[in-house]
Amino acid sequence: MMGASFMPLAPVAGPRLLRLLSPGGWSFYVAAAAVLFVAFPILHLVVPADSALHLSDYWVTLIGKIMCYAIVALAMDLIWGYTGILSLGHGLFFALGGYAMGMYLMRSIGHEGVYQSDLPDFMVFLDWKKYPWYWSFTDHFWYAALLVVLIPGLLALVFGFFAFRSRIRGVYFSIITQALTYASMLLFFRNDTGFGGNNGFTDFKRILGFPIAAPQTRMALFAITGAALLGFLLFARWIVTSKLGRVLTAIRDAETRVMFSGYNPVYFKLFIWTVSAVICGIAGALYVPQVGIINPSEMSPANSIEIAIWTAVGGRGTLYGPVLGAAAVNLGKSWFTKAFPEYWLFALGLLFILVTLFLPRGLAGLLARRKTP
Amino acid sequence: MSDATILREQWDDPVASGARLLSEGVDTSHKGILYLDGISVSFDGFKALNNLSLVIDAGELRCVIGPNGAGKTTMMDVITGKTQPDTGTAFFGQTIDLTRLSEPEIAGAGIGRKFQKPTVFEQHSVYENLELALKADKRVWPTLRSRLDGVARDRITATLETIKLVPQAGRLAGLLSHGQKQWLEIGMLLMQEPQLLLLDEPVAGMTDDETLRSAELFVSLAGSYTLIVVEHDMDFVERIAHKVTVLHEGSVLAEGSMDDIQRNEQVIEVFLGR
Amino acid sequence: MLLLIARMVRACLFVAVGLASLPATAALDAALVHELAFGESDAKIKAIGTLAANAAPETAALFQALLDGNLQIAGQDQVLLVNGDTAIDVATGKAVKPLPHDRDDVVVNNRIRKQIDTAMATLRLSAADRAVRLGAVKQLQTGATEEMLPAIDRALEKETDAEIKELLSLTRASVQLTSKDKAARIAAIHAFSESNNPSTKTLLLGVLEKSGDAYAEPDAEVRAEAEKALRAVDSKLATGDMIGRVFSGVSLGSILLLAALGLAITYGLMGVINMAHGELIMVGAYATYIVQNQFRKYAPGAFDAYLLCAVPVAFAASALVGMALERSVIRFLYGRPLETLLATWGISLFLIQTVRTIFGAQNVQVENPSWMSGGIEAVTGIVLPWNRIVIIGFAGLVLLAMWLLLTRTRLGLFVRAVTQNRAMASCNGVPTRRVDTLAFGLGSGIAGLAGCALSQIGNVGPDLGQSYIVDSFMVVVLGGVGQLAGTVYAALGLGIVNKFLEAWSGAVLAKIAVLVFIIVFIQKRPQGLFALRGRTAEA
Repeated sequence: MMGASFMPLAPVAGPRLLRLLSPGGWSFYVAAAAVLFVAFPILHLVVPADSALHLSDYWVTLIGKIMCYAIVALAMDLIWGYTGILSLGHGLFFALGGYAMGMYLMRSIGHEGVYQSDLPDFMVFLDWKKYPWYWSFTDHFWYAALLVVLIPGLLALVFGFFAFRSRIRGVYFSIITQALTYASMLLFFRNDTGFGGNNGFTDFKRILGFPIAAPQTRMALFAITGAALLGFLLFARWIVTSKLGRVLTAIRDAETRVMFSGYNPVYFKLFIWTVSAVICGIAGALYVPQVGIINPSEMSPANSIEIAIWTAVGGRGTLYGPVLGAAAVNLGKSWFTKAFPEYWLFALGLLFILVTLFLPRGLAGLLARRKTP
Repeated sequence: MSDATILREQWDDPVASGARLLSEGVDTSHKGILYLDGISVSFDGFKALNNLSLVIDAGELRCVIGPNGAGKTTMMDVITGKTQPDTGTAFFGQTIDLTRLSEPEIAGAGIGRKFQKPTVFEQHSVYENLELALKADKRVWPTLRSRLDGVARDRITATLETIKLVPQAGRLAGLLSHGQKQWLEIGMLLMQEPQLLLLDEPVAGMTDDETLRSAELFVSLAGSYTLIVVEHDMDFVERIAHKVTVLHEGSVLAEGSMDDIQRNEQVIEVFLGR
Repeated sequence: MLLLIARMVRACLFVAVGLASLPATAALDAALVHELAFGESDAKIKAIGTLAANAAPETAALFQALLDGNLQIAGQDQVLLVNGDTAIDVATGKAVKPLPHDRDDVVVNNRIRKQIDTAMATLRLSAADRAVRLGAVKQLQTGATEEMLPAIDRALEKETDAEIKELLSLTRASVQLTSKDKAARIAAIHAFSESNNPSTKTLLLGVLEKSGDAYAEPDAEVRAEAEKALRAVDSKLATGDMIGRVFSGVSLGSILLLAALGLAITYGLMGVINMAHGELIMVGAYATYIVQNQFRKYAPGAFDAYLLCAVPVAFAASALVGMALERSVIRFLYGRPLETLLATWGISLFLIQTVRTIFGAQNVQVENPSWMSGGIEAVTGIVLPWNRIVIIGFAGLVLLAMWLLLTRTRLGLFVRAVTQNRAMASCNGVPTRRVDTLAFGLGSGIAGLAGCALSQIGNVGPDLGQSYIVDSFMVVVLGGVGQLAGTVYAALGLGIVNKFLEAWSGAVLAKIAVLVFIIVFIQKRPQGLFALRGRTAEA
């Protein structure tokens, strides 16, 4: 009776984790891991600096940075590509994760600041005598790491609960998230907020006791970021191939039908929104020690909307697309800002327009079209 | 064996129908499954529903007809929690106060709704559409961990056969024809195993053949399910109706068998303007 | 700056004239001059005060010489005014030759210097120039001593200018406040309570100050009077503050309204989410800048009228840019709001960079025409600037024009028809695509008008639009989509609330509070202030 042609979701042997990727997918995945964890460290640390094969500091920082951005784009894809909610506030979660890590890094400077005080230089400058309460325990790495997850997570949870509950959706939601990150930026710009005002945090010296500028430390951070990226790719894959993943896509396409099918979209959106924010926070925490600075401009609306364009360029609704998009746009940006600094905004602006007009499925869509002519 | 008997047999099959009881979770001890009493809804001064009262018995197949703007869709909105009534009460069985529940809660309590414009998940396959509708624990965490077991797969297969979409099971729902989408939506409703089905113009856009099969399906469902069908197609209504309710300007104008209705002077006046 | 220099020049001239007349007469009180030259600091200060109050014509020259170190003493009682090799005996007015050998400078410390400055200000109280008198009385406010009272009283009698007169009587009162005579102190406090000047509050608070157990003012009756006066002053100041705050709130509201009115058409009516709206405002501002430059270059005489010409030019410039955008990009994205959002953001980046390339990244100067500078003083200390008043009026006019356009013209009818039911309008022969373009052009043009207005009160730079986009979307969201009235109430409400919160918590926190408020508000009323309810609103 059943058509032989169809066997959707047919059981395949082996635990679900193994079935997350196709055999081809797994080989690609392992190859990527090998490049990140073996090839790059050797090229950077072992190959002598004058060799043509040497991977310079510049590239290590750039690729490390791009991997952080790729994680953010992936998080954006979960909420936008799969669930259809365009957040223009993801830069905020990224920055909050970065600030949480930055607090730990600031305290690790110890007495080596300009004023050689117990307090960070900016607090000395403000004539503060002790750390404000919210800096308590941030000298412990694990507490800071907890904050990296908790702060973006809790903010997303509370904000999302109220927004989704009152059925703010579509463009409304986008604008409100933009306002949220804008307001936070204003807040962090204030010196009195206690996060270094305009200048934010910088001049870090060490992380977990290791000198932060040492090549080995940088390579370790690089590898951890790579591991996080690969890990989050699997995690995202696990989510989107689950029934919950299908509910998310269903919310994107026909939210009322989801509601009348007995799912409460509020909680599903809240779940993926919070997960997405936490992933962003972790990306921010990995970004700060590699780049060496965090300041409120990370929260500017322009930054958040740029995240959306990485995802759009790569291709929404696929997982490798955003990674590709983040890499392509940021490599382009670093080339452009060196070669024609004054024209980067033209290029970015055009990219926004052209991608939305002519490339709605992004680079991933182009590749897919190539494969199936 | 006619199609209708096949359908009936499948739905009487304990596995296919999930061995469900008629009044599971809903107190239908007083025969009625839905009580609307004195419901009024107004939009910017326009009274969409005006003191509407209606009782539906468990297992009934009720057709609701009425001219445009009579309040048919608004009535469904009130029953499914989409619209809050300004006044009046809506009870599902003896105990469940519909005005206090949200849409998903009402769906979970056992009311399924098919929209006027077929709404299915266009980016999912037909099979996945049915899987999503399947009666299950629909909270976030269980959904994340959910795996399809054999019973569930059998139920999906049975429903696919009922709605005649077996060959299309792997296709994206967005690629189906209009009539097929209607059937898929009905199939999704069946997967939810509701006690009460609200069907808003279920045969619009169907071919004659599809309409005929729909009529047979609905008739076969009545008894084990309660159905409320809103329809403009009078031939269709005549074919399936046991009892018909006529809505006009937000309240019940007449109620009775199709014959009674067709002889009712007021109804004739409203419909034909005589 | 110029004014200050002029004032200094005048003061110098005044002194020079006094010095020239010195040899002719010797009307200075010899005893006082002796005190001044030989006395202790306190005695000197007293002498300076009295000399100033007597106001002999030579006093100014004497003081100036003292400041410049040209006043010297010789022997036991000779006071000399030295000028190079020559010297004049101040008491006799006769030249002394040769210069005595045992000369010594008259010691001047900072306290004395300050007293001289103040004393010289009392002398200037009788100057003919109003500006000089005003400067003098302002200086006196902080430094006058009891000895100068007669001089102040004389000036008060002669003074005709109301502002100076008030300041004088305040100065008089604040000197009296330190008097040993209780009645004089109470009289001073009464004078304060009738004043509108904000500085009286500080003086009154000084009276009530308490260090340890001792009050600054020992007499309880005087303190009671001071408290009464303080209440009177407070309530006057509160009224002034209130007027000021409401005004700046309305002013901010009118700016928000101008920025949001265009959005009310493009987003509210057409449903196009235009993130480049802020940049269309910027285009309007730059158009104004260009018009201003042309006037300066070709018609400097008619410079004051440039703004009248800039209004239509700004409208046209932004409208044209807007229509071009609609035709080339936005048209293809109707019904896809999120994509529209991204594409228009791209457009905004593009426009910003274009302007940077043409005009540079720095802010450009747009000057107010002379009829828009200055302001009217509603209460003392609260000046309502003309440019803001004009903008409030302008916002009202734009609102009225837009309302008329939407309700009374064929285009307005078409726009409303298309936004309600595109297919039906099309069937009835409405050229929907042209209406789209025109409506978008209208919304953009109004953004241009907003830019023209903004150029009169703030900086004009490539980033101008970015700072208004979040705010103006908030206005539209709060006001409710497609509701002109809602937009108006939301803009004014946000403006006023913002300004009041600002006074209470600072600008940044106020902004954050307003955003939080909007988020909470949308919880309660997701459709905004003025919502359409029903089946159509959901779709």
